[in-house]
Amino acid sequence: MAKTVVVTSGKGGVGKTTTSAALATGLARQGHRTAVVDFDVGLRNLDLVMGCERRVVYDFVNVINGDATLNQALIRDKRVEGLYVLAASQTRDKDALTQDGVERVMTELSEQFDYVICDSPAGIERGALMAMYHADDAIVVTNPEVSSVRDSDRVLGILASKSRRAEQGDEPVREHLLLTRYSPERVNKGEMLSLEDVGEILAIDLLGVIPESQAVLNASNAGVPVILESESDAGQAYDDAVARFLGEQRPLRFTDVPRKGFFGRLFGS
Amino acid sequence: MNLLGYFRSQRKKSASVAKERLQILVARERAQRGGPDYLPALQEELLQVIRKYVEVDQDAVQMHVDREGDCEILELNITLPEHHQ
Ligand SMILES: Nc1ncnc2c1ncn2[C@@H]1O[C@H](COP(=O)(O)OP(=O)(O)OP(=O)(O)O)[C@@H](O)[C@H]1O
Ligand SMILES: [Mg+2]
Repeated sequence: MAKTVVVTSGKGGVGKTTTSAALATGLARQGHRTAVVDFDVGLRNLDLVMGCERRVVYDFVNVINGDATLNQALIRDKRVEGLYVLAASQTRDKDALTQDGVERVMTELSEQFDYVICDSPAGIERGALMAMYHADDAIVVTNPEVSSVRDSDRVLGILASKSRRAEQGDEPVREHLLLTRYSPERVNKGEMLSLEDVGEILAIDLLGVIPESQAVLNASNAGVPVILESESDAGQAYDDAVARFLGEQRPLRFTDVPRKGFFGRLFGS
Repeated sequence: MNLLGYFRSQRKKSASVAKERLQILVARERAQRGGPDYLPALQEELLQVIRKYVEVDQDAVQMHVDREGDCEILELNITLPEHHQ
C-alpha cells in the first residue's frame, strides 16, 4: 500500500509542480518506488518540469476512460530508477476526472508503488479536491505573502473536512508546511513575512524552506527536477525537505542572510 | 532619525502589518468553518441590518458554532462602536 501525498496550496504559481517533481525524484532516489501524478487537467505542466513531455502517449484521463492501461500510461524516468510520471490530460472537459475513475487509478497505483505524489492544480475546485481526497499526507506549499498564507489556511480547512480520511473518520491527513520562494534579505528588511510569522499563523509542522532561486527556473528550462541540481541552494533545500519527510532531522539552511563582506558592512546597517 | 533609518522603519512595517491582517482574517475564517453552509450569508445579512441603524466595522458581527452533545449552539457577538449617536 502506497502512501499518498498531495502537494497543494490553493493559490496558483507558488511552486506545487516544482515541489512535486523534486519530492518524487528525491523519494525515488532514496530507493522508494514513486509515481507522480499531474491532476492539473487542461494545463499539464509536470511532464515539462520532469523533462518527459515528448514521451507522453497516454494520460490520466485515457486510463480513467479505459483507452489505455495504467502501465501503458506511466512514463518511466530515465535518470532515476523507480520513478514514474502520469501526465495530465489536455482535454478542456473539467469533469474528465470522475470520482470513481480517480479512485480506481489511485487504488491501482497504490498497489504498485511506495509513494504516490499528487500534483494539485491551483484553486479549490474539482481538480484540487480530487487531488486532496485520497491523501494520507499533504504538503501545503506556501509563499511568504498574504494571499498565499490565507489560501493555505483554507486548504487546511478542506483537508480537515472533505478528504477521504475526514469523511471516514480515520486519523486526519498529516499536514506539512513547505515555505517556498523565501528571500532572507527581504525578510530582514521587513518586506516579507518571516518563516516564524507564517509558522505562527498556520501552526502546522514545518517540512522545509526553499529559497527564491534562479536554479529553479534554470532546472525547469532544462526539464530537470531541481533536486538533481545538487550544487544549487534550492536543490539542497529540497533534498533536506525530502530527508525530513522520511523522518530524518536536519537543520534549516538558506534562511539567513549570508554574512556581509567588508564592503557590505561598510555600506550596510 | 536619518533618512535611511526612516525608510528602513517604514519597510519594517509592511511585513508586520501583513502578519496582523492575516491573523485577524484567518481567525475569522476559521471560526466560520465547520458550521452550516448558510453561516457566511447569515453573517453578511445581519451586518447589513445592523448597518441600517449604526455604523459598524466589517468584523462587528462574530459568529461561532459549538457542539455540545446533540446540541448545536450558535454564538453571536455584535460589537457596537463606543461613541454612537
Ligand atoms: N524557489 C523558487 N525560486 C524561484 N522561482 C520559483 C521557485 N519555485 C517556483 N518558482 C517558479 O515559479 C513558477 C511557478 O512554479 P510552479 O509551476 O511550480 O507553481 P505551481 O504552484 O505548480 O503553479 P500552478 O498553480 O499554475 O500549477 C515557475 O516559473 C517556477 O520556476
Ligand atoms: Mg502546477
